[in-house]
Amino acid sequence: MPAVSKGDGMRGLAVFISDIRNCKSKEAEIKRINKELANIRSKFKGDKALDGYSKKKYVCKLLFIFLLGHDIDFGHMEAVNLLSSNKYTEKQIGYLFISVLVNSNSELIRLINNAIKNDLSSRNPTFMCLALHCIANVGSREMAEAFAGEIPRILVAGDTMDSVKQSAALCLLRLYKASPDLVLMGEWTSRVVHLLNDQHMGVVTAAISLITCLSSKNPDEFKTCVSLAVSRLSRIVSSASTDLQDYTYYFVPAPWLSCKLLRLLQCYPPPEDGAVKGRLVECLETILNKAQEPPKSKKVQHSNAKNAILFEAISLIIHYDSEPNLLVRACNQLGQFLQHRETNLRYLALESMCTLASSEFSHEAVKTHIETVINALKTERDVSVRQRAADLLYAMCDRSNAKQIVAEMLSYLETADYSIREEMVLKVAILAEKYAVDYSWYVDTILNLIRIAGDYVSEEVWYRVIQIVINRDDVQGYAAKTVFEALQAPACHENMVKVGGYILGEFGNLIAGDPRSSPLVQFNLLHSKFHLCSVPTRALLLSAYIKFINLFPETKATIQEVLRSDSQIRNSDVELQQRAVEYLKLSSIASTDVLATVLEEMPPFPERESSILAKLKKKKGPGAVSVELEDGKERGELNGGGDRGGDAAIAASNASTPSPSADLLGLRSTAPVSGTTPSAGSLLVDVFSEAGPSATSAGVNDDGFLSSAPPTVASEDPAPPLPESDELLNKFVCKNNGVLFENQLLQIGIKSEYRQNLGRMYLFYGNKTSVQFVSFNTTVSCPGELQSQLNVQTKTVEPLVEGGAQVQQVINIECLTDFIDAPLLNIKFRYGGALQNISLKLPVTINKFFQPTEMAAADFFQRWKQLSQPQQEAQKIFKASHGMDTEVLKAKLLGLGTALLENVDPNPENYVCAGVIQTKAQQVGCLLRLEPNAQAQPGEQMYRLTLRSSKDTVSQRVCDLLAEQF
Amino acid sequence: MQFMLLFSRQGKLRLQKWYVPLSDKERKKISRDLVQTILARKPKMCSFLEWRDLKIVYKRYASLYFCCAVEDQDNELITLEIIHRYVELLDKYFGSVCELDIIFNFEKAYFILDEFLLGGEAQETSKKNVLKAIEQADLLQECTFPV
Repeated sequence: MPAVSKGDGMRGLAVFISDIRNCKSKEAEIKRINKELANIRSKFKGDKALDGYSKKKYVCKLLFIFLLGHDIDFGHMEAVNLLSSNKYTEKQIGYLFISVLVNSNSELIRLINNAIKNDLSSRNPTFMCLALHCIANVGSREMAEAFAGEIPRILVAGDTMDSVKQSAALCLLRLYKASPDLVLMGEWTSRVVHLLNDQHMGVVTAAISLITCLSSKNPDEFKTCVSLAVSRLSRIVSSASTDLQDYTYYFVPAPWLSCKLLRLLQCYPPPEDGAVKGRLVECLETILNKAQEPPKSKKVQHSNAKNAILFEAISLIIHYDSEPNLLVRACNQLGQFLQHRETNLRYLALESMCTLASSEFSHEAVKTHIETVINALKTERDVSVRQRAADLLYAMCDRSNAKQIVAEMLSYLETADYSIREEMVLKVAILAEKYAVDYSWYVDTILNLIRIAGDYVSEEVWYRVIQIVINRDDVQGYAAKTVFEALQAPACHENMVKVGGYILGEFGNLIAGDPRSSPLVQFNLLHSKFHLCSVPTRALLLSAYIKFINLFPETKATIQEVLRSDSQIRNSDVELQQRAVEYLKLSSIASTDVLATVLEEMPPFPERESSILAKLKKKKGPGAVSVELEDGKERGELNGGGDRGGDAAIAASNASTPSPSADLLGLRSTAPVSGTTPSAGSLLVDVFSEAGPSATSAGVNDDGFLSSAPPTVASEDPAPPLPESDELLNKFVCKNNGVLFENQLLQIGIKSEYRQNLGRMYLFYGNKTSVQFVSFNTTVSCPGELQSQLNVQTKTVEPLVEGGAQVQQVINIECLTDFIDAPLLNIKFRYGGALQNISLKLPVTINKFFQPTEMAAADFFQRWKQLSQPQQEAQKIFKASHGMDTEVLKAKLLGLGTALLENVDPNPENYVCAGVIQTKAQQVGCLLRLEPNAQAQPGEQMYRLTLRSSKDTVSQRVCDLLAEQF
Repeated sequence: MQFMLLFSRQGKLRLQKWYVPLSDKERKKISRDLVQTILARKPKMCSFLEWRDLKIVYKRYASLYFCCAVEDQDNELITLEIIHRYVELLDKYFGSVCELDIIFNFEKAYFILDEFLLGGEAQETSKKNVLKAIEQADLLQECTFPV
């Protein structure tokens, strides 16, 4: 069939294309194109009306120019004119131009839609198909609006030609994908399903793509397709290779349709009907059997088509995950492919086996191929195949083979392609942590990672090793020794310096006994790296140095000298300079006790999902991380779980991660959103500026209740909470710092900071007398159901508080779910022999876990409306107990922790706020509106406070708390 | 399928078909990136690669590369045979197709593709039926219809 003579040769077009091909340079090509564009423009603008042929030719030239990569900004109208030509060839070119150069000009769209409408109603199948192709190619919303109603009718009408049905089905699919809201289900849907039974294989092939897409979105409505699909599949699978005539492809009957049928079945669970299921299992077995038969042709097309069906069948078997026999057979089949000479098959076998590894039925079978997979990792010449092998090793890893797999992956890393190193590093780090039996192996593995692929070790990885070392005291000494040795290398990676600095700063004392790693040796080693490091690492090292001063007083002079040097104290980087100045000052004026408190060893990090895992999940999407076989619970969390849960987990794990600038002291708040704790970063400064806890500033010292002498209950049981403890609690709803309690003997100050669902509270117990308190003991308890809502951890305090001295206690708080009651703080001590026993409510209220949420008025009101169920709202109307000063009100609302939204409420007198309460279990969005009647007489002034949230208990509690504040 | 690209060994794009809405700029960037990536691969390498969140399936026929981007759950091998069937269709229509046929008759290459794939899915897999549709259209070329 000689082509060029076919149909209509457009000579002018051929000449133009030749010209372009003969251009010797890009410039020449552009010159030629510009000449042509000018010519076409003048023709289109000319007085002489162009005939259809010329119009077609010029439109075609424009199309060619566009496809060469040049911009075309005219000719659309001429193309649209061609649509209504009565010559097929002109119409066809018009449609092609419109399909390729979509234009959003509304007048044009109206004209195009009109032309399409005419062709759709022409009853000429060739024209109808052209119009449908155009809709499918453009797929815009405007077209969906115009034709989403009409196309289903064409699709299921009895008298529609097969070829038109095929186009209509896929046209509808495209519209449904682009604008699902415009394609309405209806009477046609059930008839579409029956297209699976159509006699014409082409109609079934086209319709099944539509049905699969619709089924995945509306499974219930389309579930009758399951039995139809099974019987169709069964007929194809059992047919001889000649039965299906032209639908047989290289001796394989209907491979495309077979794959699509198997794919459609993956939208559903295994069929409940025993007969249907039996038939399907039979099909799957037949497909597996055929894989063992000798090939009917040596052509690669034959084996590709056959194996395409096989892989799709295996996907279905994995999707069902309920037929152990089939799963193991699938695994054996894939095992054969692992050593196939076709690279494509090896690649696909590795990929498919990855999902088999996560099934409990086939995990062991997959593991038997470990040597082949390791070999693939070492010898495959194609990086994408090696990547699959690495993925599979990761997926088949469990406790029994972890050491082998991690070792192989580490050795592969030395030569791995740059493109996959970072992911490999994450995987090694995760496996090492997950399957670590002894943590010295874990530490060795991570340090090896840094040594081998330091550049690819992301922050998460080295944060994680530090988290683990801090949380496990059995490995701290080993870690200190190992990093010390690793730092001996003349050139070591900056990440090694970070880990080394952090770990020696915390645990250097554990190896200081050995003269080879004496404090000064450790310091000199770290400091020898200092000048080669970036600013954040230097900052971390400075913090390590100040920690050294605390750990090893004998290094103080040396370190102070370093801090005092111009290159530190006058460093042009403000962060470094500030650290140098503050640390120098801290080391010279603070007493040993203060120093010991400030520079105390880091408290354990709350146990969280590994931040590395979160990162890998982010990289690969949730499905990709399926290693959790041994621990069913964890597996569920990883693979299931909505996006929201995932995000929350990531957020939570970020919260437990040391900050990027790696504050060894953990004082700087990392979250940029922590508007609620403006003083979080300045705690260090406060310790110096105020002798006692932020004492005198707070006005709690009401003599009214102070005069009630300290209770002299002799009992050792915790006293009941003081009657005024609720009132004390209320004082801290909108602030985080202040004096919680004071009597003649004792003053208790509080500083607290909250981030996400975590809080840290510092309690300062000041002995106001000149006599020491003995048996000083404090406990924090969570009564009743609070126990399951809050997780509170305290460190014990020294039992002796000297006269005039002050002790500090740190309390870590984790909010598991929303709560109402407050934890109880009980303080007991003996003063002059008499037992003092005081109980207070610790001011931990649900609003502390607010994260402010800024939003525009429209969003606010939309959400407000969404929360309109009666139980979601709590409201109180109450008299103002203080004045209605705007600034005071605003400060209180900000103190609550929400974002104060300006320009939202139509009435400027009112206040609206929004925030999200972060608990471990869930996040609760909260909206608030406070309406004062400021015009009323003093004494008559009232507020109306309305709270709406997705949880009734939260609305009520926040409303109750806040109503006491005004 | 999200898109199909045909390009020469010199990296010249010969045909591009997009089944998802993308701006002109994005299309150009994607084409550039992919052409580069694929041309850099060696002959014996596997025909599939992960690229962004898509799977790329490609095959070289003489001087032309055929390259399809499919979604995660799509079947690589059957996509490879989609490419082959399209090549067969071009071959049958043009008679031993070569790159020049596609350059000079690019509109035909698009028409044949539209008969075979629509909206990124197979519309008609029978070679006979697709060619019949194209031949019918060719017969209509110069016929004038009453309006």
